[in-house]
Amino acid sequence: MKSAAFAYHRVRSAEEARDCLARYGGEAKVLAGGQSLVPMLHMRLVRPAALVDINRAEGLDRVEFPPEEDVVVIGAAVRHADVLRHAALGRRLPILREALALVGHPAIRNRGTPVGSVCHADPAAEMPAVLALLGGEVEALGAEGRYRIPADAFFLTYFTTALPPEDVAVAVRLPLPSPHTGQAFAEVARREGDFALVGAGASVRLDEDGRVAEARLVFCGVGDTPVRAYEVEAELAGVRPSAGTWEEAGAAAADRLQPEGDVHASAAYRREVAARLAARVLAAAFRRAREGPDAAEVAGPNAADGGASPAGRNDAPDHRGGLPE
Amino acid sequence: MSEAAVRPEEALYEVDVVVNGVRYVRQVEARTTLADFLREELGLTGTHIGCEQGACGACTVLLDGRSARSCLVYAVQADGADVVTVEGLGALAPRARRVTLDDGREVELHPLQEVFQAHHALQCGYCTPGFLIAAFEFLRDNPRPTEAEVRAALSGNLCRCTGYQNIVDAVLDAARRLAEEGAGPA
Ligand SMILES: Cc1cc2nc3c(=O)[nH]c(=O)nc-3n(C[C@H](O)[C@H](O)[C@H](O)COP(=O)(O)OP(=O)(O)OC[C@H]3O[C@@H](n4cnc5c(N)ncnc54)[C@H](O)[C@@H]3O)c2cc1C
Ligand code: FES
Ligand code: FES
Repeated sequence: MKSAAFAYHRVRSAEEARDCLARYGGEAKVLAGGQSLVPMLHMRLVRPAALVDINRAEGLDRVEFPPEEDVVVIGAAVRHADVLRHAALGRRLPILREALALVGHPAIRNRGTPVGSVCHADPAAEMPAVLALLGGEVEALGAEGRYRIPADAFFLTYFTTALPPEDVAVAVRLPLPSPHTGQAFAEVARREGDFALVGAGASVRLDEDGRVAEARLVFCGVGDTPVRAYEVEAELAGVRPSAGTWEEAGAAAADRLQPEGDVHASAAYRREVAARLAARVLAAAFRRAREGPDAAEVAGPNAADGGASPAGRNDAPDHRGGLPE
Repeated sequence: MSEAAVRPEEALYEVDVVVNGVRYVRQVEARTTLADFLREELGLTGTHIGCEQGACGACTVLLDGRSARSCLVYAVQADGADVVTVEGLGALAPRARRVTLDDGREVELHPLQEVFQAHHALQCGYCTPGFLIAAFEFLRDNPRPTEAEVRAALSGNLCRCTGYQNIVDAVLDAARRLAEEGAGPA
């Protein structure tokens, strides 16, 4: 099908985008990579009066490491492929590469943007989960100027965020890991490039004695927003990991999930996969915290259970993007 | 609001674009996809349309050198851009072979197109243009791929005739041939 008619505005700056959105009073939509919006327009699930194309807006295509702050700021016109190619980002926040390599296919990653993915707020998507895991923020521009929305206030429900329709997201801000922190992301999908049935991300920081100073765990595909496992995170604090720690944590986290079943996977199956994935990413994050980022690939979906599990994509994502530096 | 004076469907936008080395200037509706523009405005029907949702890959073209779904880009967004469709792939080859089509036209074939032929990697050919563009970009970025990498790179393209094994074989063979020639695909 084809889109219904709309007016098109190519804006030169974030301010112009904001002003344009305001003039349409919530009836216009931002066009970033278009990899989610255009299919929705074609299916006529949305019929905005206008699209505000930010692809050529000045200054939004940057990845910045502001001095004095341990964050990376990724502009709203930076594409998934740009992030995958970005050497400094790959070094300083490797989980981003691990997660974004699982987004769609090369041509999708060439156009789609991490900020667009966050604004789209598909609960199965990787980028919202990473934002939630790291406790990042969305930087937005509205009538009153720039402001920030923290991840845990940003995602409201399926495809719904706290960003008002008159405001434009200009960037996401992601905290960089402090020393002795390891992070990992993995998922199970039906086929290479498909949305995750379930995905999980973990971050583990160790103290000098090798105890867990802080653990974080997030899931995608099992709720109406990314789901942080706050209780399990709290239970892990101060623990000295032993055999079984991560499996128990994964099982405990999955127990608290309320995934929905659909044609692709039942709720019980999703919970089972969530438990295994959580154990795996926690274990990998722990090993990386102890031994450095190169320590452990997240084991493939078939590694732990003898090979009979569903097709997955979390085996070594070395060249997954086809995007060497 | 000035925009309201013109109903959106009446508004036309200028597209000034280079496709396969030729410059075109046209007026389009905002909702015209690049895929429809290439096929209907420019008569370049090599770019195929399957799903119009980004899922099948039949419409894949190079947009400023990177593969993109032409069904998920509006033509007006390509204003000022450089587009390569399957019709222009041959011209990107270091040594293209000239062949004469049934209708008498002379075209240049990219080595990838030759290996697709040699490996019987196309049946009805509907998906082929998208596979060729995706494979072209992939080999440009990763000239010595493993089979697993080829499969991952082509995962965004669907073939209704399910000729996947032959397509993978063709791309691996193209990589070998291009490596022997000492040249990348571009
Ligand atoms: C075949 C296919 C497979 C895919 N597979 C995956 C997958 O596995 N995982 C995954 O996460 N995604 C997947 N995607 C979606 C893809 O990652 C998109 O790129 C992403 O979800 C949206 O980013 P975008 O830049 O394309 O945004 P757009 O499509 O341009 O916009 C999406 C929504 O966000 C709003 N928006 C965008 N940017 C802003 C902004 N700066 N300020 C305010 N609002 C904004 C838009 O108005 C729109 O409502 C897939 C897409 C396709 C077509
Ligand atoms: S027609 Fe564009 S991806 Fe199917
Ligand atoms: S050859 Fe027929 S669809 Fe692929």
